[in-house]
Amino acid sequence: MSTTLRFFRFASPAAFYPLAGKLVPWFAAIAAILAATALYLGMLRAPTDATQGDAYRIIFIHVPAAWMSMLLYVVMAFWAAIGWAFNARLASIVARAIAPTGAMFTFLALWTGALWGKPTWGTWWVWDARLTSELILLFLYAGYIALVSAIDDTRRADRAGALLAIVGSVNVPIIYFSVIWWNTLHQGASVSVTAAPKMASVMLLAMLLMTLAFWAYAFAVIFVRTRAIALERDNHAAWATDAVARAPVRQGASS
Amino acid sequence: MNWNSAADFFAMGGYGTYVWGSYAVTLACMAVEPVLVVLRHQRARRELGGAPR
Repeated sequence: MSTTLRFFRFASPAAFYPLAGKLVPWFAAIAAILAATALYLGMLRAPTDATQGDAYRIIFIHVPAAWMSMLLYVVMAFWAAIGWAFNARLASIVARAIAPTGAMFTFLALWTGALWGKPTWGTWWVWDARLTSELILLFLYAGYIALVSAIDDTRRADRAGALLAIVGSVNVPIIYFSVIWWNTLHQGASVSVTAAPKMASVMLLAMLLMTLAFWAYAFAVIFVRTRAIALERDNHAAWATDAVARAPVRQGASS
Repeated sequence: MNWNSAADFFAMGGYGTYVWGSYAVTLACMAVEPVLVVLRHQRARRELGGAPR
């Protein structure tokens, strides 16, 4: 078997279904361990901030949630585009599976931001560029979900959703650079690849571990949703009935 | 360790409402979503005549 063939082996729902099932418990375990470590460091070990007091501790979920909201959108648009361009069914399924999780992280970024803004800025919400573009991201996720579920023809819905996702991806760099391009109440980046981080190392470590935890969580949840959508779509296919019939009943397993 | 007592920890220097309000909603979302996707997967399996697993 050539390398190319092996590489594309998992591009079919039939091959991906059991693989994802094996990976889910691992991602879930990694997420739990990393989140527990991040919470220990962030809530118990990290010192109180000199200017913001303990309100700053919201950063350990706010920044990871905001990063995930943008990352998941890019990944969703990427797989939607692949699904459209190459007529790859699994890619379109993955794109749809990402959307609800991305929308949830966007909501969490906005929610934790509001609860952080009130004590530090004196307001829950302000129409500054960072906050407004993040809100638009939530609407893009919602629009994508509404659009793909409104069209009955599955593959047409995938293509329409892909178009929306691709066009909407212009918003991601706008969110990221908004604090540079405009005068915003929202602060600039505390962490960047080109400069030393502007925070204590234990705080940075807690934030990065929580980001990895959210990332592993996203993999676990998205893989389960991908498996569910694959079965729903292929409910007349032999692989689906085989996959369901072959697996023994295991108590307590959640995959 | 920064905290002298559990009450101190929960007070979060007076910012308890904001900090715990953030963490509680995040925890709730990240606890409910996995349950929803697992239920959806089990429903799909049952409709194919298989065990929910």
